[in-house]
Amino acid sequence: MKQSKAKFLSKSGLTSLTWFISLAFFFPIFWILLISFRQEKDAGTFPPKWLATFSFDNYSSVFQKGASTFLLNSAIASIGSTVIVLILAYPAAYALSIKPIYKSKDVLTFFLSTKFLPPIAALLPLYLILQHLHVLDNIWALTVLYVSMNLPLSVWMLRSFLKEIPPELVEAAALDGASTRTILYKVLAPISLPGLASTALICFIFSWNEFLLAINVTGFHAATAPVYLVGFVTAEGLFFAHLAAVSIVVSLPVVIAGWTAQDKLVRGLSLGAVK
Amino acid sequence: MFHWNIIYSKETHFTWFSNFKVVAQDPTMRAALINSITLTTAVVLISTAFGLGLALLLDRKFRGRSIVRTLLITPFLITPVASALLWKHIIFNPLYGILDGFITQIYKAFGGNHVINADFVSNQPLVAIAIPMIWQWTPFMMLIILAGLQSQSPEILEAAAVDGAGTWQLFSKMTFPHLRQYIQLSIILGTIYIVQSMDFVFTITQGGPGTDSTIIPYQIYLTMFRKYEYGEAAAAGVIVVFITIALSTLALRFTKDILESDK
Repeated sequence: MKQSKAKFLSKSGLTSLTWFISLAFFFPIFWILLISFRQEKDAGTFPPKWLATFSFDNYSSVFQKGASTFLLNSAIASIGSTVIVLILAYPAAYALSIKPIYKSKDVLTFFLSTKFLPPIAALLPLYLILQHLHVLDNIWALTVLYVSMNLPLSVWMLRSFLKEIPPELVEAAALDGASTRTILYKVLAPISLPGLASTALICFIFSWNEFLLAINVTGFHAATAPVYLVGFVTAEGLFFAHLAAVSIVVSLPVVIAGWTAQDKLVRGLSLGAVK
Repeated sequence: MFHWNIIYSKETHFTWFSNFKVVAQDPTMRAALINSITLTTAVVLISTAFGLGLALLLDRKFRGRSIVRTLLITPFLITPVASALLWKHIIFNPLYGILDGFITQIYKAFGGNHVINADFVSNQPLVAIAIPMIWQWTPFMMLIILAGLQSQSPEILEAAAVDGAGTWQLFSKMTFPHLRQYIQLSIILGTIYIVQSMDFVFTITQGGPGTDSTIIPYQIYLTMFRKYEYGEAAAAGVIVVFITIALSTLALRFTKDILESDK
């Protein structure tokens, strides 16, 4: 009896500790959220004025000051690249898992090795190529770069999903005379939909948050949301409440995507190695 | 291997290895290398330790567990540039930031009366970069280690408990060896992602003051787009590629089991 009480106490102690840590972790975000609804004069105070007037002014002015262009650019680059990546990675993953092609392990290692290349080392050549093609500051050029950035990761991740499908299914369909295309898009696609969806979300997260390539190959017209954010501070001076609102608007799509994909997040981040 | 500065673009010519020599002898590059190593090691190790702790706490059934997990992964999802800006301005700002505000409050609570306006970012640039990075990467480590913990079969643990193994014994003899490969994987992946990122340095300190917090990616970026020394930047890039190849070969050897486990 006594022992079970002690057990209960230590259990609830651990639970409160977990809650406390997670709230502490979340605190900066909570704080920023709070500030983003404040008027500028109340934003930079400590101790905080908990009861200061709430206003949506910061959010409406985010869009008035033209953040929409940059958000749109980010959307084009991330969604566009994600769609292309999926179209390319899905058949590739098939060829590397269900019907392994000759030397498929080498292909996989090659894909993986491109992930190890630091983008900073590739930056100069990429920049010069884009310059020669006259596509610097072009959102579609950035989209292509994001495709190449996310392709290896997606192949690995999709492959790990396809591996879970029993091969008998494919064999049965093949016996019934289904072509590879039918197998890919009519038989396998519906089953691997969750895998495709989480791969898409991971790609989206990575390209939306990407900064190094974005800041160097875009100028003004094709600048993405993170690039806008950095320029924003120097251009506007320090406006806490406004900065908080912009940051939240920029981060929101990824936060939502991440929350949706949280069960599969690990899998994407570890290239499909950890389930 | 070219002398190639686009400001003097007519003087572009082949120079053999002189760019490599310049890069190797450049004190800024050396500072950047040391900072890169320090920063990456510190961020990776500390966030892995935190991640391990949090994963162990989360690997239990309790009320609101999914909410806690959602709260914990959020720092990882916030656009890095956004979180860097927020830490720099809203938390570390010497006049209005909540860090100094908080310390001042503590002083007040103990009867002190002066206002703290320490400029944390200038005084401790590397720490000011490391803290937000640790904040961002702990959830990543936690997720991988948690996945490792949950892949343990509960039956075996139960059997061991029935056989009289204590909590500590269970952890050190069963859980930890199982977790080891997951911890290795999180360290390796974390290192790869973290060593390549310059978002936080770019946003929080711009490598300053002086060269106190510059890192390799940022330094190459500067050579390329501020000094316009394309030759030098390319040489530095090549060196980075070689270092990466060496490191990742090593890394791959460690993670081979886990990556190939499903083959």
